[in-house]
Amino acid sequence: MKKALIVSLLMGSFLTPVAWADTKDGVELAGEQVFTYRVLDDIKSFDPQINTDVSGSEIMRDLFEGLYNDDATGGQVPGAAESFELSDDKLTYTFTLREATWSNGDPVTASDFVYAWQRLVNPEFASEYAWYMELMGVVNAAAVTTGDMPLEELGVVAVDDQTLQVTIDAPRPYFISMLTHASTFPVPQAVVEEMGDQWTKPGNLVGNGAYTLTSYSPGEQVVRERNPAYWNDAETTIDKTVALIINDENQALTRYLAGELDKTEVPAGQYPRLEEEYPDQAHSFPRSCSYIYMYNLGESGPEYLKDLRVRQALSYAVNRDIIVDNVLQGGQYPSYNWTHQATTGFQMPDLEWASWTQEERDAKAVELLTEAGYGPDNPLTVKLSYNTDEGHKKIAIAASQFLKKTLGVNVELSNSEWKVHLDNLRQGNFELARYAWCGDYNEPSTYLGLFTSNSGHNNGKYSNPEFDRLLEESKTQADPSASYLAAETLLMEDMPMIPIYQYTTVIMLDETVRGWPFENLMQNWYSRDLYIAAE
Amino acid sequence: MLIFIAKRLTVAIPTLLVLIVLSFVLMHAAPGGPFTQERALPPEVLANIEAKYGLDQPLWRQIGTYLINVTTQFDFGPSFIYKDRTVNEIIANGFPITLTYGGISFVVAVLAGCTLGALAGVYQNTWLDYLAVGISIGAQVLPNFVMAPILVLIFTLWLGWLPGGGWQGGQWQYLIMPVIALSTSFMASIARITRSSMLEVLNSNHIRTARAKGLPIRQIILRHALKPAMLPVISYLGPAFVTMITGSVVVDFFFNTGGIGLSFVNAALNRDYAVMMGVTILVGALTILFNLIVDILYAWIDPKIRY
Amino acid sequence: MAVSSTDISSATTETEVKGRSLWADARKRFFRNYAAVGGLIVLILVGLFALFGPWIARFEIDEIDFTAIGNAAQMGRPSIETGHYFGTDDLGRDIFARTVQGTQISLLVGLVGAGIAVLVGTVYGAVAGYVGGRTDGIMMRLVDVLMAIPYMFVLILLLVMFGRSMIMLFVGIGLLSWLDMSRIVRGQTLSLKNREFIEAARATGVSTAKIITRHIIPNLLGVVAVYATLLVPLMILAESFISFLGLGVQEPLTSWGALIREGAGTMRYGTLWQLGYPLFFFVITLFGFFFVGDGLRDALDPKDR
Repeated sequence: MKKALIVSLLMGSFLTPVAWADTKDGVELAGEQVFTYRVLDDIKSFDPQINTDVSGSEIMRDLFEGLYNDDATGGQVPGAAESFELSDDKLTYTFTLREATWSNGDPVTASDFVYAWQRLVNPEFASEYAWYMELMGVVNAAAVTTGDMPLEELGVVAVDDQTLQVTIDAPRPYFISMLTHASTFPVPQAVVEEMGDQWTKPGNLVGNGAYTLTSYSPGEQVVRERNPAYWNDAETTIDKTVALIINDENQALTRYLAGELDKTEVPAGQYPRLEEEYPDQAHSFPRSCSYIYMYNLGESGPEYLKDLRVRQALSYAVNRDIIVDNVLQGGQYPSYNWTHQATTGFQMPDLEWASWTQEERDAKAVELLTEAGYGPDNPLTVKLSYNTDEGHKKIAIAASQFLKKTLGVNVELSNSEWKVHLDNLRQGNFELARYAWCGDYNEPSTYLGLFTSNSGHNNGKYSNPEFDRLLEESKTQADPSASYLAAETLLMEDMPMIPIYQYTTVIMLDETVRGWPFENLMQNWYSRDLYIAAE
Repeated sequence: MLIFIAKRLTVAIPTLLVLIVLSFVLMHAAPGGPFTQERALPPEVLANIEAKYGLDQPLWRQIGTYLINVTTQFDFGPSFIYKDRTVNEIIANGFPITLTYGGISFVVAVLAGCTLGALAGVYQNTWLDYLAVGISIGAQVLPNFVMAPILVLIFTLWLGWLPGGGWQGGQWQYLIMPVIALSTSFMASIARITRSSMLEVLNSNHIRTARAKGLPIRQIILRHALKPAMLPVISYLGPAFVTMITGSVVVDFFFNTGGIGLSFVNAALNRDYAVMMGVTILVGALTILFNLIVDILYAWIDPKIRY
Repeated sequence: MAVSSTDISSATTETEVKGRSLWADARKRFFRNYAAVGGLIVLILVGLFALFGPWIARFEIDEIDFTAIGNAAQMGRPSIETGHYFGTDDLGRDIFARTVQGTQISLLVGLVGAGIAVLVGTVYGAVAGYVGGRTDGIMMRLVDVLMAIPYMFVLILLLVMFGRSMIMLFVGIGLLSWLDMSRIVRGQTLSLKNREFIEAARATGVSTAKIITRHIIPNLLGVVAVYATLLVPLMILAESFISFLGLGVQEPLTSWGALIREGAGTMRYGTLWQLGYPLFFFVITLFGFFFVGDGLRDALDPKDR
């Protein structure tokens, strides 16, 4: 007995390192597979149908699994679904679900998806992301949200436990890519109904993802650990992922350098220095967001913006190269158009002014503004609003200097906190306002749709029937790229904004962390795709 | 004395009521609401949400419902932003944390501050005085949002002695930097007040008389001078407590301790009405309590005060 | 207590005899205190810096030096040749010009805020403490009510509601800080009002208003001076906290708080001057106020002889 114990102890001590000295993609793995990263703000909810923000979605993707997942390059791979069939009219998707279980052992069924999707649009549940069902085009989503139709009328049906059928109102070539969004993730109906509001607490939360929520200290950290019941647990490497909530980015960087974090964002302007010092750790890669100053063309907007020449002049005079190379310094793209250039299926329009030198643009800007009747005797004064943030402030200051130096335009900066800024945008209480848009999915319509006349986000009230028509057309086309090109070209001719730059994600990532999806424009990452290499 | 306390407590209730109504109205007057976000919500969705949280009711009815819930069930309602949690949960979670590091800072500040100040006062115009004054002013003029990152640089990045933040149930190594960052400026204020009032007391007639009688200096200070010299310090403690709570914002911000301070500021910026109200009422009630304690202490130390 | 009563009566007679020379006396005592005089000189120099700095600065506060933008660590070093005496920030803006401007705003906030606090707080506290009874009860309950509203909460809400402006900042900071002052003054008044010399004044039929202005307030001056000097830096610190939250003065205007906040954020990035210069002015000014306050206290206190 004693001998056996000793033997097993010895075996254990030998076996453990052997078991850990595992490899993945030919790389030797580290003994401890823990990934720690920084999030900016506290997590607002662990409920997929309540969650609204990016850092929440990152956690959602670990705790739950939707029908499809993103792969490393931004394509879609089967998740909870094994495959799908599309009807000939391209309106009905029939998904075959994988045999999988929730973390409490119950099977994941099609009715869990139906429950979750109905929950999203349930007027009593009042999700802030109810509109996502509408965006996906699921039949009757809008009517159910307003309460005009019962939940059962939503175009999603469980044919049997493993078969889910979704009907949409118009063909959407990008429909599958929308299914990786956290709002569409299933929830375990039995658990939610039994626990009520308490179901998202650590210990209660049941998911079908690769990880379970083990602890949550508000304002401090979120810990999720590997879920052995996950169908693909065998190929999962990271045992534990910790999200530390650190508000200050400089503080986060200090703690990263002290070895407390494996990943953090790089503060504006620090990328070149860090890249030189830590070439294996500093990364910059495209991210699907576009940063602009939106013009208010609506009734509440100023008179001078009604003049195309003024709009063009202001836009031309902003030296984007300096903003990108000297202010942001994170490899961002100077932007002369609206849609992020790396968006799948998007063709860059050939914009003449984009190819000019800044001197040429400046000269043209002065010419246009003079034509419009503004000059030293009649100086133009514009008000530029932005919300409180170190980065926005720097860009606004730089931009105001360009306008002042080049055009003699007086720029009044107005900085307000986020909620006030949004309220001002909503009410049309601005002249030029900072605005940024991140794609909901990897396709140009997520950008272009914003500037249609009936868009809820078109705060600048840009309106061009031709633009609306092009986008309407694109919805039913097999290959809408020509319409998108025409729409983007038209948009930039009308110039309802000053495009500033297109985002990159700029992060510090410990060199032992492997498997990061650098090529995924949406930056949808999953802990189970990562692994820690031995030093 | 008991009657005095009872009287104060009965006044406390209307005080709190006024506070609740006043902040409720102020808050709702601020532009933007909890559900104002980058993606404008379609009107029907917004209507559903507002109905869910009772925001579609007229303001007076919202205040009424709120007051009834708070007073009868001690229920501060659900958070508008952190939707998995109720305000009660948020306070129950964050307040003990703030209280722990705040309480320790408070004790440290009072002990160190009084000692420094008393020493400086007793040994006026000696090197000890100059040193104490130098330390206390130096501690006071460095804003804690400068001190906090410097502490992390030194103790976490360069020396590697302490974790750069977190709470982990309040283990000692997570407490050190928050306490330093929070207590230094209070320690300095208290030291300065103690010193100046100590000087005043030492120059007063009864001390001079005691000295003239030839009592040993140590006895004079401990028996006669210290107690009256504490008076201004005590009146500083009430407000200091509240400032300590707001000062915890910086601690929570830099050390992700998860206390109530940052929740409060975030609630104000996010228009999380319920959390903001909850924390306001909590801090308000504590302030009233603290002021009462200060008054009692005052009466106890200075028997000349009549109520 | 019998001893002290004779002492006090002798003190009061002394005051009456020397009445006219009290302030001259105080001035003499103040100028014998080297720390206080040093503090005063520093404050005067800082004041001159704020007043005349704009004429020395070679750049506007919002002007971007395009050779330094984005590379302040190398190109934005403090240098006489480039005209950036204090260097530039990471946007290439001149720290000297910005420090001058920040000094103006911070001093203004500190002085105006403390001024309001001292004025309102002293009168309010002295009246409440002296009159006592129900008036005191009501006045102090009002202070309790106002104090029970967390300070920052009100300021944040005010700044959010009425937009951020300098006036809002003054009003917000000043109106909230008199509360502390009034409590302190009241506390002192309570212990003063039972003193024999006040009782004597009351017995001889001096009016309440006169007792407060002639006897109570002058006797409070020492405490008020100390607190006022404590308040100016506290106001400046309060403003810096508001700046820390991003609710301070609007760009391109700045304040010490805003400058220090920016500097503290970038202190590891090789532009230490961005923190150093504003912090230097901040620190010496606060030191100055503290020393002057102490000097004033020693000089003005009629009992300290």
